[in-house]
Amino acid sequence: MGKPVVSLDQVTIRFAGDSGDGMQLTGDRFTMDTASLGNDLSTLPNYPAEIRAPQGTFAGVSSFQLHFADHLIQTPGDAPDILVAMNPAALMANIKDLPRGATIIVDQDEFTTRNLSKVGYEANPLEDGSLDSYKVHAVGLTSLTVAALSGLSLSRKEAERSKNMFALGLLSWMYHRPTEATESFLKAKFGKKPEILAANLLAYKTGWNYGETTEDFAVSYEIAPAKMPAGKYRNISGNTALAHGLIAASQLSGLKLFLGSYPITPASDILHELSKHKKFGVITFQAEDEIAAIGAALGAAYGGALGITATSGPGLALKGETIGLGVMLELPLIIIDVQRGGPSTGLPTKTEQADLLQAMYGRNGESPVVVLAPSTPSDCFAIALEAARIATTYRVPVMILSDGYIANGSEPWKIPSMSELPDLHVEFAKTQEDFLPYLRDTKTLARPWAIPGTKGLEHRIGGVEKADKTGAISYDPMNHDLMVRARAAKVAGVEIPELTVDDPKGDADVLLLGWGSTFGPIAAAVESLRANGENIAQAHLRYINPFPKNLGKVLERTQR
Amino acid sequence: MTEVTLTKKDFTSDQEVKWCPGCGDYSILSTVQSYLPELGVPRENVVFISGIGCSSRFPYYLDTYGMHSIHGRAPTIASGLAISRPDLSIFVITGDGDSLSIGGNHLIHALRRNVNIKILLFNNRIYGLTKGQYSPTSEQGKVTKSTPLGSLDTPFNPVSLAIGAEASFVARSIDSDRKHLTEVLRAASAHKGSALIEIYQNCPIFNDGAFDTVKDNETKDGALLKMVHGEPIKSATHGLVHAGSSLKLVELGSVAESELVVHDVHNPDPSYAFALSRFSNSKLDHVPVGIFRDVERAEYGSQVNGQISDIIAAQGAGDLETLLTSGDTWDVA
Repeated sequence: MGKPVVSLDQVTIRFAGDSGDGMQLTGDRFTMDTASLGNDLSTLPNYPAEIRAPQGTFAGVSSFQLHFADHLIQTPGDAPDILVAMNPAALMANIKDLPRGATIIVDQDEFTTRNLSKVGYEANPLEDGSLDSYKVHAVGLTSLTVAALSGLSLSRKEAERSKNMFALGLLSWMYHRPTEATESFLKAKFGKKPEILAANLLAYKTGWNYGETTEDFAVSYEIAPAKMPAGKYRNISGNTALAHGLIAASQLSGLKLFLGSYPITPASDILHELSKHKKFGVITFQAEDEIAAIGAALGAAYGGALGITATSGPGLALKGETIGLGVMLELPLIIIDVQRGGPSTGLPTKTEQADLLQAMYGRNGESPVVVLAPSTPSDCFAIALEAARIATTYRVPVMILSDGYIANGSEPWKIPSMSELPDLHVEFAKTQEDFLPYLRDTKTLARPWAIPGTKGLEHRIGGVEKADKTGAISYDPMNHDLMVRARAAKVAGVEIPELTVDDPKGDADVLLLGWGSTFGPIAAAVESLRANGENIAQAHLRYINPFPKNLGKVLERTQR
Repeated sequence: MTEVTLTKKDFTSDQEVKWCPGCGDYSILSTVQSYLPELGVPRENVVFISGIGCSSRFPYYLDTYGMHSIHGRAPTIASGLAISRPDLSIFVITGDGDSLSIGGNHLIHALRRNVNIKILLFNNRIYGLTKGQYSPTSEQGKVTKSTPLGSLDTPFNPVSLAIGAEASFVARSIDSDRKHLTEVLRAASAHKGSALIEIYQNCPIFNDGAFDTVKDNETKDGALLKMVHGEPIKSATHGLVHAGSSLKLVELGSVAESELVVHDVHNPDPSYAFALSRFSNSKLDHVPVGIFRDVERAEYGSQVNGQISDIIAAQGAGDLETLLTSGDTWDVA
């Protein structure tokens, strides 16, 4: 009202605070409100492994970054344009990522001598001039929130907890975000606790009004909607997209979904999400360990279910032997590895793409599996359908290499219509005379999926090498050679789409080839190079094993 | 449902049995093959899943569905199958190394969940397939290839372990006692949930005679404390009496017959079955055989499937389009 409005084409905001400050929720809400406004966006949560590190310490800083724009974007952004820091630790942990001139909003109430010394600030950075090259808004987020809620019968501590909503309200005013969705979200979340609901709504509104009335904030910003293909959209994270893709695969194939899983960061959300959807006939089995999780999934697959296990790198190491059994039994099985930093426990909450060789070769003997890698959070949905198609058609374990970056990151997803989804219908072996459990389909090289309960197909399988066709135990070297080659040929022959190359001029002399979650950063780099006049092409692998058949040709096209 | 009339032959596969001559596994196989027609389940609905070890070859010799899986993991595979396919009758075949060493974790968790699988634990107190190392049930001081100066480890008592893991059905039998083993199999099959049957099994190559005390005609009557529901627990020479909260072994005749503990397999107190399990020691001079415990407890798979059918009954089956378009959505024109 009366204040000037500046138009921007894109903004990157980072919310940072103590892990108890509700920064992930604040970021999520800002994201949803941004999505509904039609901006393209990309998010990246970053949280510590410690659930509640000592308050106000460096170790306890949790953050959420959101990049949104009036055009299509590829990444959650590099350097934030604006940092919301709820305490000195959050400022200290994030200031190094901020370019000069960036905006910083801090909760000045938290900049006490005690809190400053906790993280090693000798002087108050709000006063010593060290932030002179930034636009700093020191706002009493805590005291303003407490004052606003003084009419409610809440303790000071309870009132303080709504300060994240004050901050959200302020940012929502700054960037003209609509408020209805967050208000109804809060009503749904705190509907049973009227006092807490009132506190959050009031803090949110007060934050908004603060921006509008105080002189500290002279301008607000507008980012026009991005031009995106027509359709219905939602914002989706990689883990949710995987879970929903697997449910879709179960519905489209008519197979019961069975997830065996052991909690592990950053894969647990797949277990959580699937557990919510039992009305789709989904069975989730929280096993005693990683080995039992995949064992149960394989047992369910043997019985005719869509058997799935989800884990991260250390868990994949434990599952190796059972994946090998899946290779030998030639049963459909989906293994999801949401990669994290390694080796060993490594960096549980940080991302890394370092399990590629483990996925390809981390088993004894010659034990090929299909390996797929989603390229973005929403691509996880399509990859889940592909994993199910390949696993059930070729009766082979399929590995999905996601990672923490796309698992927890989110972006708008154009929801496919039901008619766009593939037919994943599966045929089990039927009662027949002289059944041969290892007689291969001539086209796919798959053996029959003969599930218990089918009369006349009683047979024995196991991890010992199988005789061709009969599946009986065989120690014959020639047969072993034949079977090793057959299993390899089956994986090599999986039908997958050709690799597409993004080369607008058609004569680029440099190709940037990536796989998995590097898609966004590479695409952003390519865009920026092209803007500088470079002639550069991009191609991205979603199929790691087998490779697309035209990969060799694609690589030969360019000099580098 | 049509009457199923099958014979032992129907459950016998065409595979040549390849255990060592004199192995206790032969008699167990024969007993199981003879028992299966009585189970009354069509062959195609019977599944045997094993791990690794001599006994784990078992599924090859039965003309049912079968899987010879990997070391220690049979309970996990069987659990996934049992939960997703409640229509099947599933048996797990395992040994003392397979189920108590490498697969110990899976055994206890399957038992505590009470998944509907019947676990036949062939206990020969030795590693046979790897040619004679001590096992987790070998008596302390056992001289083997890997313990030339005697083993140091305290052995597991599989029955005590199972009861500690909240097992709802636990029994012990002996490879050569076809009648007794059949009775135990019958009771285990009638039980809803997990059943653990420890079977003393002689390995003639690496641990021959380990169970002679409970098998030889001269000694067995004095060694076997027979547990029959509703009857006093006793051997030819000894019986059990209550001693405070525990049980005590006494010579027959030293107390009145009416003082002897009358066996109650359905006793809800696991400490009763646990106390019984403690009478079997490495020396096997007094060994309870029969069913230690057979109590009703909700079966895991039916609970899992019950949660699904309950929510479908309350809310209707899930609709994919509704799921995909859930949450905050927006339209781009």
